[in-house]
Amino acid sequence: MQELIRQKAIELLENGTVDRVLGWKAGEFFYDLTPAVFRTREEIERDFVYSVFSGANFSKYLVQESRREGKIAAFLKPCDTYSFNQLLKEHRIWRDRVHVVGIACDGMCDIDKIRAAGARGITAVERDGDTLKIETLYGPMTMPKADAEAERCISCKSRKLVVYDEKIGEDGDVIADSPRFDMVAKLEAMTPDERFAFWRGELSKCIRCNACRDVCPACTCEKCVFDNPKSGIAQKAAANSFEENMYHIIRAFHVASRCTDCGECTRVCPQNIPLHLLNRKFIKDINALYGDYQAGADLETRPALLDFQKDDCEPSVVYERGGEQA
Amino acid sequence: MKKLNRSRIQELFAAIAAGQRLYIPADNKGQAQFLPWVEGLEMTGALNTVRSAKDLFFPQTEELIGFQVKGREIQLQEIRDPGEPFVVFGVRACDAASFAILDQVFLSEPADTFYEARRNHGTVVTLACGRPEETCFCTVFGIDPAVPGGDVSGWFAGEALYLQAATEKGEALLASLPMLEDADDAAVQAEQEKIRTVLEKLPLKDLNLTGFDGEHLMEKFNSPAWASLSESCLGCGTCTFVCPTCQCYDIRDFDTGHGVRRFRCWDSCMYSDFTMMAHGTNRPTQLERFRQRFMHKLVYFPADHEGVYGCVGCGRCLTRCPISMNIVKVAKTLGEGAK
Repeated sequence: MQELIRQKAIELLENGTVDRVLGWKAGEFFYDLTPAVFRTREEIERDFVYSVFSGANFSKYLVQESRREGKIAAFLKPCDTYSFNQLLKEHRIWRDRVHVVGIACDGMCDIDKIRAAGARGITAVERDGDTLKIETLYGPMTMPKADAEAERCISCKSRKLVVYDEKIGEDGDVIADSPRFDMVAKLEAMTPDERFAFWRGELSKCIRCNACRDVCPACTCEKCVFDNPKSGIAQKAAANSFEENMYHIIRAFHVASRCTDCGECTRVCPQNIPLHLLNRKFIKDINALYGDYQAGADLETRPALLDFQKDDCEPSVVYERGGEQA
Repeated sequence: MKKLNRSRIQELFAAIAAGQRLYIPADNKGQAQFLPWVEGLEMTGALNTVRSAKDLFFPQTEELIGFQVKGREIQLQEIRDPGEPFVVFGVRACDAASFAILDQVFLSEPADTFYEARRNHGTVVTLACGRPEETCFCTVFGIDPAVPGGDVSGWFAGEALYLQAATEKGEALLASLPMLEDADDAAVQAEQEKIRTVLEKLPLKDLNLTGFDGEHLMEKFNSPAWASLSESCLGCGTCTFVCPTCQCYDIRDFDTGHGVRRFRCWDSCMYSDFTMMAHGTNRPTQLERFRQRFMHKLVYFPADHEGVYGCVGCGRCLTRCPISMNIVKVAKTLGEGAK
């Protein structure tokens, strides 16, 4: 796969389709890939990597990149194409300045899961079919690739590329029986006190780095309210831990019905807070209250919360549900 | 040298906690951080905490002073936490070395009395790193994880924990713990040998920082490489908030509705409003913010502090940055002999 992608990148540069390519650049170790813009064959041959650690979703970078002169090629995995589509729908990306190469994906790995499996001092990871061969400072080990997959990939919603100019690999389908709402259902089954304790516990780890917001393709405000020193709620001013919690809840509300469930928020969280569960709760509720809706699946349908229909649910639905749980 | 069987470590924690508050590195929902010890709280299996031990001396937020405004009068209220003696157990050599760097900033005149009080109250018990990670590069800064420093240095060797006091505070702590037995240092020496064998294999041990100094300031500052290094930076504060040596803070007022509480909180040079309070035009693009962070650690700080870098090689920014950009990549790209 990596070879096909690199060849495609070189081809697009050399035949003049694009003047630059957005890809993953090799780091110090095999797993620490950095999103980078490649402009020459030499750069691609030296540093371009596609592996089970190419998790970063490039869609948001294209908001800025597509405002620059020329044309850029971007390699998008299925979940990335949903984000891209959603940004197109919101008129945030200049479509004619991006050449999208859709790439098939069978799940990215999470280095923290490999560490959690006991690997210390990891110096190399090689994929061999369904197995990962891991070298460490303290000797080699192997583990099934499935056990190292990121949570968002285990509960993948779709392997379908919803937008592309060309593609590499076999396109997949929407995964009808995705287990992505299982954990939300578990949280719903808790008592309000248990659920409150769950979130207070998870959010107690928050260091308010804002990485979840900064990486989120649904967060593309030119100036975030939390970055405005005059707003009184600027990012650094966490007067107490409750404010920290409010930040996440406000953010989840703000992206509701535009969030495609790409899972970048949880991937980048330095504290492994399962932030995607907040978004998934909204998605599950929207599906239940307004009918199934997948943000980014197409360019036409209106997000439920940005639309009005006469038969929309009434605010009283909140009380009805509260009653059921009490 | 003192010694205690590993199986009795909870007993040790209980004895320390009987006299003062004790913090140990433990897991909070799967992530290691320094937590106040309570009965049964176990040490984490992770080499290091996500946030550093800096938290205990320079917390992410702390209240400085309160105000009450009544008519034309402002009443000041002393609301600072006066603090109390505490012990932090299990600090790694990198974090222990970071305190010396923070001291240079906060204890030089005029001393920061909030930080100073915590430094005076705190006793640091370090632990040698039996199993360093691939992201560790503290030895580049002359730190030896086999001799971890602090008021008391600790080693796990075989079935025992060994403790060696290095300061008066450390002596006093060990003297208050009757369960400790005297021991020779043979086991510790063997453990140190083992650690040094691993250090030899660390992939970043030869990071070359030649040329990162005040002499080369403008050359580094004007390097065209900053553009590509910073191009995918998200502008989040992860690297600054997990860093044991980042020391910038902001001071803000919180209106409680019946008074004002002035507090300070960590700030990040990666943020768009960093130092905006000092003058209106701060660093307008992420390139400049990114450059500031690394220039501060690798050039400005050593230029101002006799060659001491503002980095201890703990590797936290390597493991936590969402886009895997970090000080090692910056140093290698801008360093001597780099293209």
